[in-house]
Formats: sequence, structure tokens, C-alpha cells
Amino acid sequence: MYTLPSKLKLFAIIFMVVGAIGIVSGFLTAPSTTAEVKEMMASHGDGHGSDHSAAEESHSTNETHVAEEAHGNEHAQTADAHDSEEAHLEHTLHQMQNRPWSALYIACLFFLFIALGTLAFYGIQYAAQAGWSPVLYRVMEGITAYLPVASVILFVLLLLSAFHINHIFHWMDPELVDPESSHYDKLIAGKSGWLNVPFFLIRAAIFLAGWNLYRYFSRRNSIRQDDADDNRWFKKNFKMSAGFLVFFIVTESMMSWDWIMSFDPHWFSTLFGWYVFAGMMVSAITVIAMVSIVLKKQGYLEFVNDSHIHDLAKYMFGFSIFWTYLWFSQFMLIWYANIPEEVTYFVTRIEDYKLPFFGMLVTNFVFPVLLLMNSDYKRVNWFVILTGIVILAGQYINLFVMVMPGTVGTSWFIGLPEIGSILFFFGLFVFVVFTALTKAPLLAKRNPFMKESKNYHY
Amino acid sequence: MTGQARQQNLKTTSKMASKTIHAIYNDDDLLMQAVKQVRAEHYHIEEVYTPFPVHGLDKVMGLAPTRIAITSFMYGLVGLTVAVLMMNFIMIEDWPQNIGGKPSFSYIENMPAFVPIMFELTVFFAAHLMVITFYMRSKLWPFKKAENPDVRTTDDHFLMAVDAGSHDVKKLTQFLYDTGAMEISLIENEEDH
Repeated sequence: MYTLPSKLKLFAIIFMVVGAIGIVSGFLTAPSTTAEVKEMMASHGDGHGSDHSAAEESHSTNETHVAEEAHGNEHAQTADAHDSEEAHLEHTLHQMQNRPWSALYIACLFFLFIALGTLAFYGIQYAAQAGWSPVLYRVMEGITAYLPVASVILFVLLLLSAFHINHIFHWMDPELVDPESSHYDKLIAGKSGWLNVPFFLIRAAIFLAGWNLYRYFSRRNSIRQDDADDNRWFKKNFKMSAGFLVFFIVTESMMSWDWIMSFDPHWFSTLFGWYVFAGMMVSAITVIAMVSIVLKKQGYLEFVNDSHIHDLAKYMFGFSIFWTYLWFSQFMLIWYANIPEEVTYFVTRIEDYKLPFFGMLVTNFVFPVLLLMNSDYKRVNWFVILTGIVILAGQYINLFVMVMPGTVGTSWFIGLPEIGSILFFFGLFVFVVFTALTKAPLLAKRNPFMKESKNYHY
Repeated sequence: MTGQARQQNLKTTSKMASKTIHAIYNDDDLLMQAVKQVRAEHYHIEEVYTPFPVHGLDKVMGLAPTRIAITSFMYGLVGLTVAVLMMNFIMIEDWPQNIGGKPSFSYIENMPAFVPIMFELTVFFAAHLMVITFYMRSKLWPFKKAENPDVRTTDDHFLMAVDAGSHDVKKLTQFLYDTGAMEISLIENEEDH
């Protein structure tokens, strides 16, 4: 049995406290009036203010502006050239007020995705009756233990948006779908059959409940199998996993439209679900590898050998390429066709988020490809950890670039609220995951494939 | 015959002809096990013939790691370079093309359109040149006569060629039988040496 080292517990709590301070100060320093925005811009010197207006001017000539105006959306987050200074300040105010919420939301979603991706990977292992991985099942179960915690927090965040405590989901504004209103948006109104607050919350509840149910029962069956005389619980898990995977891939796709793609409610991409899935899987497998290596270093998991780490590293390598493939497939088709209502998505990102948008290709593609290409390097544990850290940072940026342009526009920065949120959720994740690992033996000993897995040799 | 004389006798025969024992197995797991045992007894394995690649056999035989992956990487870089130069010449310099309504006539600005070609040529060069390298290293070319000692190794049998050298052939034969060989034959190769 694994016992939680008190140092690790302290480490996690310190992260949570420091993170919470960052989050709170992010909310406190967010401006509440346009006068404060003006003051903040002035105190930053010319830099920010003039940058901003320059960006604003350039917008008036590009397609973004044309497209948005054609849709009659006076309120869109990115580009409207406002006539008066005051309207511009108000626009910036909304962006700055959204920033701590977006930061919190992204970090919450990022760690939720790690748990959810691990759950899907775990389901695949069961459904495929994999022989190499059963020694890692308890590690995966430990990581998915974070799913219920993350689900509750995320649902609360979605509720806060639904009750207009924050405005990160632009489409939730009732004026946009009111034909009488001057802010009436025909496109968003046309999507209101799907994108409306009650249905949105019902869907979120169904997704989260479904995933958590599978997580609860598969974990329970896995522990019951430890003391079983036959393979009854394994067989149950096998069948349940096959069902879950179907449920998962459908709900994951819809989840990606709801929780991420709807930040740009005019825009859509048909492979968005896959794109989010790829990022989720690469983060999840990276974390499985990292937790396994950490536990091994502490002297546990003596049955996990280099071949298991090698296989996980192959998955990190493969899914990094898969992520890039989808990133490029989405980008190239839209870039090539150059249709105004589609290309706005990338115009915004390239103009306002150039460094993170292209930088993540280095962290998520070039770096893992070059570092993990050599077969021997996949067995060097610190190499896997190093690549893993870069991949996770890159996948955070990936989520950042998906969410931020739709919520804070040009007023983005990776500062106190973002880093505070990451630290807080990281601390919580470590605490929940490593506590869950103490709850059951680290070897699912009665799994029918355990012998094969222990002897697994690449 | 005294021990010493016998030793003398064996030495002279090994000078005249090299002796090889061909042991045939009918299962790859058995073969792997046998290779390990034979090497543990410090017999020299000249070659193993198998109908398909047996995973991990190279490591068990103690062969030096292959360098084909390094050549493959370099061939990939060559392919990438060829693709970049080729597309730059064809689409930008020689006959400038209007790509997706964005006639910028700059390679870097039109790069996304060329990525599929860059990818394909990287893979094409890496794969084909790697195969050709492999043929050359293995001394294979069209119409070459097979060096395979037993045709059954192209079907479902595995053959291990062990250098009999100055070993006691009887003892070695018995040992190979014990490792699970289904058939053993002694090959005396007069032309060698």
C-alpha cells in the first residue's frame, strides 16, 4: 500500500494556498469601472494603450471587421471599431473583467481533461483487453479520482456563467437573441436551439454524470476483482468500457462545442471534437507516465519496468503528432479557402496571439518529436519527465489560445490570475490523485492479464 | 587414443574444413530460448534464418544495434529539403502561382499549402532510401541467388547455424537437441578457408 508522504501533502497545500492568493488578487485587481481601465492603461505608459488602438485600427481593414459587421453583431468581442473613446474603454473593461474568470476556467478545464483523458485511455485498455498495461491500472484509477472533484468545480463555474455572474460565454447574453434588441445577433439567434442556457446546463450535467458513473463503477469493479475467484468483475468492466467509449466519444465531441467552441459562437469547425480529444489524450498519457515515474522513484511500482514507460512515451510521441495533424488539418483548410466567416478565427489568433499560437507548435510538436524520436530516449525516465513538462505547458497554451481570444480578446497576458489558477488546480490535482493512490493496493493483482503485464518486455 | 592426440586430431580437421551445425526449430519462442542457452554456453552462432522477423532476436543474439534509424532520419531531412527547394522553384520562382487567392509570391507565406508535399516527400525519401540502404547492406540485388541453407526457413521453420569449431560435435549435438531442436545436421564446408 502506498502512503501519502507528508512532504507531498504539504507541497500540494502550499501550491493551493499560493494559487488561491493569485486567483483572489487577480479578481481584486480587475478593474470595475472604465475610469480604472483608463488609469491602468496610462500607468502602463504608452505601450499598452497605443498597441491596442493600433490593433483596433488594423482591425477596421481586415476581414474580421467585415464579417462581424455583415452579421450585424455590434457587440462581438474582437473587432468592432468603436467611434467613441468611452465605448472602447468599456469594451476593454469587459475583457479585463473576464480575464480572471477565463484564467480560472482554463486551468479547471485543463486538469479536468487530464482526468477525463486518462479515463478514456483506461476504458480503451479494458475494451481492448490490453496485456501490457494492467500494472498501470491503479495509477490511472488514481488520476481519474480527480474527475469527480473537477466535475463539481467546473459545473459551478458553468452555473456562475449561466447566472450572469461572469460573461465569458458571450452567447448567454439574452439581448443577442431578442429580435427587439439593438444587439440582436441573427447567427447566434439561429443557433439558440442548441446554444441556450437551460439545455447547455442539462447537457453538461449529462456529460459529467455519465463519465463519473463509469469512473465510479469501473473503479469499484476493479477493486472487487482483487479478491474475486473468477473473472466476473473484469468481464463486467470489459463490457461497461465498450459502452462507455461510445458514450464518451459522442459526449466529448459535444462537450468541446459547448465548453470551448461556443466562446466563438459565430465560428464552427467540424473536427473540433477530435482536436480537443487529441490534446486531452496527449496530456493524460503524459501525466500517467509522470505519475508512474514519480511513484517508481519513491520505491513503489517495482513491477513497472522500462518497457511500460517506453510504451507510454510512444503514446506521448504518437499523440503529439496526432494533435499536430489535427491542428494543421483545421488550420490549412480554413487558411486556404479564406472564407471570411471561417478565417476570422485564425486572423484573431495570428494577429493578437502570435507567440502562443505558433509557439505551441514548437512545444507540442517539434520538441516531443525530436526528443522522443530515438527509441532509447523513451526509456530514459528524466527525458520522459522533461518532455512531459514541455508537452503539458504546450497543451495549456493550446487551451489558452482556444478560450482567451473569445473572452478577453486583446487584453490577454499570462500573469497573476493565470499562473495562480494553474498552481491552485495543480495543488488540488496532486492532493486528490495521490490521496486516491493510498486507497487501494498499487497492483490490481487479480486482473487476468497481470502476469502478461508484469512480464511485458518490449 | 590419448586425450592429447585426440585434441591434435580435431585441430587438424578444423584447419581443413569449417564445420557448422544447422539446428532447425519449429517455434519462434523455442528458438529465442535456444539462442539464449547456446550463447550462455559460449558457442558461436553464425546466423539465424527465420521466415519472419522475430521480435527481440537481435538483442538476444548480441548483434550490434542497427544504425538504419539514423540513416532514415537523414534521408528524411534530404526529402524535406528537396520538397522545399522543388516547391519554391515550381510555385514561386519559375512560374509564380496565385495560391488560395493570396498571390504573395513568397514561400514562407504560402508554406501551409506546401506542408502536405513536404511531409510526403520526407516520408518518401526516408522509406525508399532506407529500403535501398538495407538491400545494399544485406548484399541483396535482383536475381541474386538465395543464401538460404534450407528452403523451409522461408515457410515455417527456424534455422540456427552454430559454429562447431573445435567443440565436441557429439556433445554440441546433444546439447542442441536438449534446447528443443527438431532436426540437426552437420555441414562440412570444404571451400571455406
